Amino acid sequence: MAAPTMESTGSSTTPTQTITIAKGLNNALRNAMERDPKVLVMGEDVGKLGGVFRVTDGLQKDFGEHRVLDTPLAESGIIGTAIGLAMRGFRPVCEIQFDGFIFPGFDQIVSQLSKMHYRSQGKVKVPLVIRVPFGGGIGAVEHHSESPESLFAHVAGLKVVSCSNPVDAYWMLQQAIDSDDPVLFFEPKRRYWEKAELDPTAEHLPLVSSAVLRTGSDVTVATYGPMVKTCMDAATAAEEDGNDVEVVDLRSLSPLDLGPVAESVRRTGRLVVVSESPPESSVTSEVATRIQQECFYSLEAPVLRVNGFDTPYPPSKLEEGYLPDLDRVLDAVDRSLAY
Amino acid sequence: MSPEHWTRPSRPDDRDRLADTAVPAATSATPTREQVIAGLRATSEGGADLVQLLTPEGQRVSHPDFDIDITDEQLRGMYRDMVLVRRADREGNALQRQGQLGIWVPLLGQEAAQIGAGRAMRPQDMAFPSYREHGVAWCRGIDPTELLGIFRGTDHGSWDPNETGMSLYTIVIGNQCVNATGYAMGQKFEGKVGNSGDDPASNEATMVFFGDGATSQGDVHEGMVWASVYDAPVVFFCQNNQWAISEPTERQSRVPLYERAKGYGFPGIRVDGNDVLATLAVSQWAMNEARQGNGPLLIEAFTYRMDAHTTSDDATRYRLDDELEAWKLKDPIERLRAHLLREELADQEFFDRVDSEADELAARFREFCVNMPEPPPERMFSAVYAEESPVVAAQREDYLNYLAGFADSGHDTEGSVR
Ligand SMILES: Cc1ncc(C[n+]2csc(CCOP(=O)(O)OP(=O)(O)O)c2C)c(N)n1
Ligand SMILES: [Mg+2]
Repeated sequence: MAAPTMESTGSSTTPTQTITIAKGLNNALRNAMERDPKVLVMGEDVGKLGGVFRVTDGLQKDFGEHRVLDTPLAESGIIGTAIGLAMRGFRPVCEIQFDGFIFPGFDQIVSQLSKMHYRSQGKVKVPLVIRVPFGGGIGAVEHHSESPESLFAHVAGLKVVSCSNPVDAYWMLQQAIDSDDPVLFFEPKRRYWEKAELDPTAEHLPLVSSAVLRTGSDVTVATYGPMVKTCMDAATAAEEDGNDVEVVDLRSLSPLDLGPVAESVRRTGRLVVVSESPPESSVTSEVATRIQQECFYSLEAPVLRVNGFDTPYPPSKLEEGYLPDLDRVLDAVDRSLAY
Repeated sequence: MSPEHWTRPSRPDDRDRLADTAVPAATSATPTREQVIAGLRATSEGGADLVQLLTPEGQRVSHPDFDIDITDEQLRGMYRDMVLVRRADREGNALQRQGQLGIWVPLLGQEAAQIGAGRAMRPQDMAFPSYREHGVAWCRGIDPTELLGIFRGTDHGSWDPNETGMSLYTIVIGNQCVNATGYAMGQKFEGKVGNSGDDPASNEATMVFFGDGATSQGDVHEGMVWASVYDAPVVFFCQNNQWAISEPTERQSRVPLYERAKGYGFPGIRVDGNDVLATLAVSQWAMNEARQGNGPLLIEAFTYRMDAHTTSDDATRYRLDDELEAWKLKDPIERLRAHLLREELADQEFFDRVDSEADELAARFREFCVNMPEPPPERMFSAVYAEESPVVAAQREDYLNYLAGFADSGHDTEGSVR
């Protein structure tokens, strides 16, 4: 697969600033709304409250109640009406308050959203973004820590992406809004307050592309979302053992951009795939399958995975054990090297 | 049984009746229509159809449809219920602030709604709660300490739904309404409804609890449709506490929520949810109707969430302080206390005794919380299926071996392919 080309936009002249993921998303929404009056934000508590994570903070004040809608409490309604609005020419950005609350909207996503373009042979476009704060590690009660991205990656017709840092948050959300396809946009909620420098004039990757964040020659680690930071920390820690770990941020989960991963595995001969979600039939299974098909003769060890478990998300006192952490990633790196 | 068989009581002109008795709360905070529509304030008056038996000042008023025979002992009992439940609730907030709980979901202000409903239930009835129903849990005999695990993160609810007659807390808004309806259909299919002759006391019903925000969910609508089609013995108990996090009830409905029942073809009653006596009267009536086969029914308990949505929420971002001040004048506990004093149904010794009982409960609650054992790592893998899954079992073994590797110092590099 060819390396993705960089895009650049000269649209903003704001100087480099330090932002969080939450702020990057907020700025992205603001830019998109300023650029296109058809962009709407809708969801529960997104208006006056600015969302429970404050990602939509200030938008209703600045753009009005007709563009930032505090909707009734019903996810099927949020997504179903957004589909209708999109058919009418709007570009709605729906917020689902937490990962575990997307399921009342699952029917609309699977039955209508994903298939509309196909059924109408492209005559109807549904440019809709569904933002989903996802993943665990925040000590929350049930349904607030799940990683349901694989359920959506399994559905044809949906793009599924996940940002891992403020800069990607900023660019990827704007690209998702610009996309004529429906996009499930998974935000690593426990990383919302991680900071980075954003240069709004800098070049950036297209939406559907993975990115090598750290080069290394011994083992490749492919991951996404909240686990990117964990894997980067693990790579740093692995240095102490003399292991040189390459980290690829998948960014787009459907479609996958596995070119950089395959290229990396051809050099390292080893792959560890990491995510918080249960392993069975997941994005990590897909990556593992395809890389072993594509890179069979380069592999020195079986592709290993580090995931949550095939259990419901546990009570939060147990989540530390459920979630892959630095040690579990290092353990897999060691096992791969020892194979 | 078909809808013609309702025994909805005849109602005289409510407006006239309430005009003499209802005392408006602090008028400075009475919202204007514009403020309500703009989402600046919630509605504070329940309107002419509100069933009330105690005024905010604790004066007993009569209602032609919903009177109640209650002993002084029962009244004092409900006062005690409310004080103890509130005390545990406040302690929950404090424990969260001190880092002992991840989050607490306060019931402050909703004690009368929950105790009135909970005390209308009999042991064989079934309750389906959302996540704020600490008062209902209390009435089902669930000790407040049993709620702590959910909020401390040690379990997802520790009580046995079959033994207590209360399902586990349900966090996904509205889900429990269809489940409750199905459970009630089961009660009916098993002949536990409408028995007169031999054993009317064996009749059962189900009560399901949800909020004003929840009324927008498809599951709540579907629950009501199913319940009406199958004449299920279920009472839909909606606590309209005026807010769904930051959204006032006006963002969910154009009509008062109790009026929605009409569309499904069953009765809907709006009761003063800060009046424990009225809530008990209406709930007893509704549960009896359901047990006799005249369900379903909807009760809208008109009340107020006096605290933030949860300990994670900052309510000052979206609602005005004087709204809370207005509702403080309708406080459910003060109201009953005033009544007990006014009618000389309780003396100072009683109130002191309840207070010291509350102190003891709070201390026990706190003690229990800080000493809760951490769940063992195996718990993560237990009870996923009724029959053990080989996949989960293998993951458990791997994980426990992995942990054991730390104990022996040095990583286990053998492990199977995970
Ligand atoms: C399906 C679903 N969507 C969103 C949420 C997040 N959420 C938790 S409570 C709440 C508001 C509920 O309001 P209401 O039904 O009035 O009950 P209250 O909290 O006021 O008791 C929301 C939106 C959820 N728990 N479940
Ligand atoms: Mg509410």
